[in-house]
Amino acid sequence: MSAHSNYRELFDTAKRGGAKDWLPHLKIAAIEQFEAVGFPTTRDEDWHFTSVTPIAERTFRPARSSGTTLTAEDIARFTYGQEDWHLLVFVNGRYEPALSSFATLDAEVQVMTFGEALKEAPELLAERLGTLAPAQQAFTALNTAFMADGVVIHVPKGVALEAPIHILYVTDAQASGASLHPRTLVIAERSAQATLIETFTTLGGGAYFTNHVAEVVVGDNARVDHYKVQREGAEAFHVGTTQATQGRDSIYHAFTFTTGAQLSRTNVYSKLLGTNAEVRLNGLYSLEEAQHADNQTFVEHIAPACSSREVYKGILDGSSHGVFNGKVYVDPQAQQTDGKQTNHTLLIGDAARVDTKPQLEIFADDVKCTHGATVGRLDELAQFYMKSRGIGAERTRALLTYAFAAEVLELIELEPLKLALEGLLFERFIPPEPV
Amino acid sequence: MLKIENLTANVGEKAILKGISLSVNPGEVHAIMGPNGSGKSTLAQVIAGHPGYEVTGGTVTYDGQDLLEMDAEVRAQQGIFLAFQYPVEIPGVSNAYFLRAAYNEIRKARGEEEVDPMEFLDIMAKKLKVVEMDEAMLQRSVNAGFSGGEKKRNEILQMAVLEPKLAVLDETDSGLDIDALRIVAEGVNKLKRPDNATIVVTHYQRLLNYIVPDFVHVLAQGRIVRSGGKELALELEEKGYDWLLEPAGASA
Amino acid sequence: MSSQIESLVNKEYQYGFVTDIESDAIPPGLTEETVRQISTRKNEPQWLLDWRLKAFKRWQSMTEPRWPNVTYGVIDYQAQTYYSAPKSVKPLQSLDEVDPELLKTYEKLGISLNEQKRLSGVAVDAIFDSVSVGTTMKEELKKHGVIFCSFGEAVLEHPELVQKYLGSVVPYSDNFFAALNSAVFSDGSFVYIPKGVRCPLELSTYFRINAADTGQFERTLIVADEGASVSYLEGCTAPKRSTNQLHAAVVEIVALDNAQVKYSTVQNWYAGDKDGVGGIYNFVTKRGKAFTNSKISWTQVETGSAITWKYPSVILQGDNSTGEFYSVAVVNNKQQADTGTKMIHIGKNTKSTIISKGISAGHGQNSYRGQVKVLPKATGARNYTQCDSMLIGNQCGAHTFPYIEVGNNTATLEHEASTSKIGEDQIFYCKQRGLNAEHAISLIVAGFCKEVFKELPMEFALEAQQLLGISLEGSVG
Repeated sequence: MSAHSNYRELFDTAKRGGAKDWLPHLKIAAIEQFEAVGFPTTRDEDWHFTSVTPIAERTFRPARSSGTTLTAEDIARFTYGQEDWHLLVFVNGRYEPALSSFATLDAEVQVMTFGEALKEAPELLAERLGTLAPAQQAFTALNTAFMADGVVIHVPKGVALEAPIHILYVTDAQASGASLHPRTLVIAERSAQATLIETFTTLGGGAYFTNHVAEVVVGDNARVDHYKVQREGAEAFHVGTTQATQGRDSIYHAFTFTTGAQLSRTNVYSKLLGTNAEVRLNGLYSLEEAQHADNQTFVEHIAPACSSREVYKGILDGSSHGVFNGKVYVDPQAQQTDGKQTNHTLLIGDAARVDTKPQLEIFADDVKCTHGATVGRLDELAQFYMKSRGIGAERTRALLTYAFAAEVLELIELEPLKLALEGLLFERFIPPEPV
Repeated sequence: MLKIENLTANVGEKAILKGISLSVNPGEVHAIMGPNGSGKSTLAQVIAGHPGYEVTGGTVTYDGQDLLEMDAEVRAQQGIFLAFQYPVEIPGVSNAYFLRAAYNEIRKARGEEEVDPMEFLDIMAKKLKVVEMDEAMLQRSVNAGFSGGEKKRNEILQMAVLEPKLAVLDETDSGLDIDALRIVAEGVNKLKRPDNATIVVTHYQRLLNYIVPDFVHVLAQGRIVRSGGKELALELEEKGYDWLLEPAGASA
Repeated sequence: MSSQIESLVNKEYQYGFVTDIESDAIPPGLTEETVRQISTRKNEPQWLLDWRLKAFKRWQSMTEPRWPNVTYGVIDYQAQTYYSAPKSVKPLQSLDEVDPELLKTYEKLGISLNEQKRLSGVAVDAIFDSVSVGTTMKEELKKHGVIFCSFGEAVLEHPELVQKYLGSVVPYSDNFFAALNSAVFSDGSFVYIPKGVRCPLELSTYFRINAADTGQFERTLIVADEGASVSYLEGCTAPKRSTNQLHAAVVEIVALDNAQVKYSTVQNWYAGDKDGVGGIYNFVTKRGKAFTNSKISWTQVETGSAITWKYPSVILQGDNSTGEFYSVAVVNNKQQADTGTKMIHIGKNTKSTIISKGISAGHGQNSYRGQVKVLPKATGARNYTQCDSMLIGNQCGAHTFPYIEVGNNTATLEHEASTSKIGEDQIFYCKQRGLNAEHAISLIVAGFCKEVFKELPMEFALEAQQLLGISLEGSVG
C-alpha cells in the first residue's frame, strides 16, 4: 500500500465534527490534492537535489497528545530568556495554556489558537486560511488536510505590537513516529507592525515529522519580522513553507535558522503585490554528520518599484548536504525592480556537499537584478594572518568559521534572538580556551 | 552666444523652471547658485537637451540658432558641453575609444578630417596633464569603477579634449575633496579663452574661490531671484539663501 | 529609442537566398530503412551502420526533452527529409570539380573556395545540406600531418581514428537529439592534429542548409593528440523559408594530454520572420573531453535560429585541465534561446571559466542554463561564472538557471549574475558627447559583449561585428 493512500485512510478515520462547513471542505479538497500530486520526487525540478523518500516510505500518524508533563522549567532554555514576549507553547502539536504566557496586548490585537479563532473570529479564519499557501504543493496540502491546531495573529490598522510573539513547538518522546502539522496565519493590516518568532525543537522526540505552513498577509505600509528557528531533533524530519503577500510600501523580513533535523526543507516565499514593497529573506544553515537541509526561496515581483534582498549562508560539516534554490521572478509589470541575492557556502567536512541554484526569471526591462554564489573553504590568507599572530590552527579555523556565520546573524534586528543564536554557534564552533 | 528668454520647463506634470532669462557672451563665466531643488540642474540639462525635460515656453538661441530645435548630439557637435553631476558608467567601452568617437563626431560636424588612433593619443597626452590624470585612465571603461573624484576629473578631461564653446558644469564640485576640487578648478581655468564661455552650476560658494565668475545668479523655485557680481557669492556664503527666498516664497 | 535599437538588431537577414540546384534526396520519413539508405549512399563500413542502427533503436525509445525554457509546436519527424545532396557532388572530389553554382553560393556567403582568393591562414570545409562540397588548403595541412576533411571522407580514409573516438565524448544514447543525430548524421568535419603539432592554419567549417523541409544533422569530431593545438571556427546560414527546419548537430572534441582546442561559432541560421514564422530549430549537443593539462575553450556568438537549445560543455577528466565558455546570445522578435554550458570537474586542480552575455530584444526569450559540477575526487577545483543579461524593450525576457553542485570541500566557486537594460541616461550621456543614438547603442552593446568578442579569432570578430551591426573598433583587444 502506498504512503499516499495510507494518509487518505488516516484522514478518513479522523473525526472532523463541530467545525463550520468551510473547514471540512478545505480539508477534503486538500487531501484530494495531496492524493493527486503525491510526494514529490527528484524528477521534479523543485526537488531535484532533495529526496523525500525517507518521509514518503513511512506513514507518520498525526500526533495525539493527552497533555504534557513538561514544566515551564523544561522549556525555559528555548525562550531566549525573554519573559516579556508573548509565548505560545505547543507540545506534540497541542496548545498548552499552562506553559504559555501573554504580555499585555492592545485590546484590538488578536492572538488566538485555531480553536479560539473558530469561536471568536470565524469569518477572519474562513476568509483567509488557505488562500496564500501554495495549495497545489503536496506538503502544503498534507498540512491543510491534517492541521489540528495553529495560531492566528491579527494586528489591526495602525497598531504596532510592542512585544514579539514567540510560538514554541516542542516535542517529547511521545511524538516518536508521529506527524505534526502546525499552521500559522498572520494578518498585519495597513500600517500595522509585528514580530513573530517560531521555534521548532525537541526534548527527545525521536523520528517525528513536522510539516509546518505559515501564511502571512502584510498590508499596505505594514511591517512583519518573521524568524524561524529550526532546531528539531537529530532523527526528525522537517518540511516548512512560509508564504507572504505584501501590499504597497510594506516590509517583510524573514530569517531562517537551521541546525536541526536529519532531513529538512524550508520554503520561504513572498509575493510583492503593491508598489515599493521591500522583502528581505535571509538565512543560515549549519549542518553536521549526515544532515540534509534544503532552503528554497521564491520572490515574485508582481508590482513595480519593489526591492528584494536575500543573503543565505551555509556551513557544511561531516558528510552533510546543503541545498539552496533561490528563485526571483519579475513580472512584465514589475518595472524598476531591484533584486539582489547571494548564497555563500563554506564546506568544512571532507564529504560535505552543496547544490546551489540561484535562478532569475525576468520579463520586465527596467530592472536591476543580481545574484551571486560562492562555495569554498576558509580564506587561506586570513588563516595565515591569524596563525602569524600566534593563534593555533584549530582555533583559527573555529574563529573564522564562527565569523563567517555570525556575519549573516547581524541581519537579525531582534537583539535578544541574535545574541541567543550567536551563543548557539559559539558553542558549536569555538572550543573552550585551553586552561 | 547664448540667449535664454523666459524659459519654462516641466518634468512630467511638474513645472521646474518658471521663466528664466539669461544672456551669456564669449569670454564670460557665469555662476548659477541656489538651494536644493531650485532648478539649477534642470537648467543645465535643458541646455544640453535631456529628453526627460519638457520645454513648455520661452526661447533659447545659441549663436543665432534655435537651440531647442536641435537634438542633444547636434548641440554637442555645435560646441555645447555638459559636465554631468552624475557621470554615467559605460562598462566595456574604453575611455580612449569613447573620447575619440566623440572627438571625431564633432570634427565631422565641422567638416574636418577624422583623426586616427595614433594621432589621437598625441592629443590626449597633452590634455591628460590639464587634469593631472594618468594615461592608464584611458584604457579603463568609461567611468566604470571610478571614484567620485575620478569621475569628475574625467568630465573635465573630456571637456579639455572636446574644446567646447559653451561649457556647463553641473555641480562638478560636489563630493570632491579640496585637492580634487583644486585640480578640477584649475583645469577649467586653463581651458578658459576669450571665445568660449562657462556656466558653473553649484550649491557651494567654495568652488568660486577657484573659478572666479563674472556674474552670479541665484536661482530659487524655478526663477532667477538675484543677479550680481562675484561679491554676491560671498554674501550668500555669509547669509545663506533664506534672505533671498522669502520674497520669492511670499509671491508664490 | 526602442525603434532605433530594433532597426539595429533587425537588420535584414542577408543570407536568405536559395540556390537552385538539382538534389539527390532520400524521401521524407524516418525508418530503419532510411538509416540504412544514408549509410549505403555514403559507402560506409558495417561497424558504422551497426552503430547508427543502435542509435536509431535507442532514439525510438526516447522522448523529446521538455525541460528547456522554450515553446514550439510538435515536430513531425516523419515529415523531415534526412538526406539531401547536390547531384553534382561526387565523393572525394577535388576542389576543381566543384559545381560552379555551388562556388557562387559560397561566394555570396562571403566564403571563397577558390584557392587563389581564399583567406590566407584559414582552411575551409564547406558543407551544403547533407554533404561536404570541398575542403581547401588540404595539401598545406598534410605537410604537418593535420587531417582536415569531411566526416564521410574520414570514415573511408581514416576509419581507425573515427572508430576510436566517435561517441567517446557524446555517446549515441546521450540525449534525444544526439541519438537522432547518431542515427542519421550525414556529413560534417573531421579534424586530427598529430602529437605535438600546432596547427598552422585556422580550420573552419561553413554549414549551409539549402533544401526545403530538410534537416541538417552534421557531426564534427576534433581530436587533438598529445601536446597538439588547433583553433577551429564554425559558421552557419540558411535560406528564408516559412517552415521550420531542424538542425540537430553533434560536436565532439577530444583534447589529449597537454593539448589545446579552441572552438568558435558564429551561428546565424535563419531566425524566422518578425512574427516567428519559419526559422531553424537548432538543437545541438557539443561537448569536449579534456585530459591531463589540456584546455578546451568554447566561444559562441548566437544570433540566429528560431529556437536554440545548446550547451557546449567540457568534461574536465584529467588533472589540471581547463574548460572555458564564452558566449553572446542575442534573441529578437520571437526567437527563443536556452543555452549555456556544463563544466564537469573530475580531475584534480581543474579549472573552468564561464562568461555569458545574453541580449533580449523584441519578444525574444533568452535563458542561460549552466551547470558546474565538482565531483568528490576533484580536489582543488575552481570555477568562475559570470552571466549578464541585457534587456532591450519591455516585451522580452531574460532567465538564468545556474546549477552549482559541489561534492568536494576544497573547491572554490564564484558565480555572479546581473540583469540590466540599456539606460536612457547612458544614451543621453553619449549624445551629449556628440554621438547619435545608433552609435551610442552599438557602443554600449559592444562594451557589454567585450569580454566574449575578444576571445574570437580576428575573422570571426569581424563577422560578429557585422551580425550585431556594431563597431568593435576600440572595444576589442
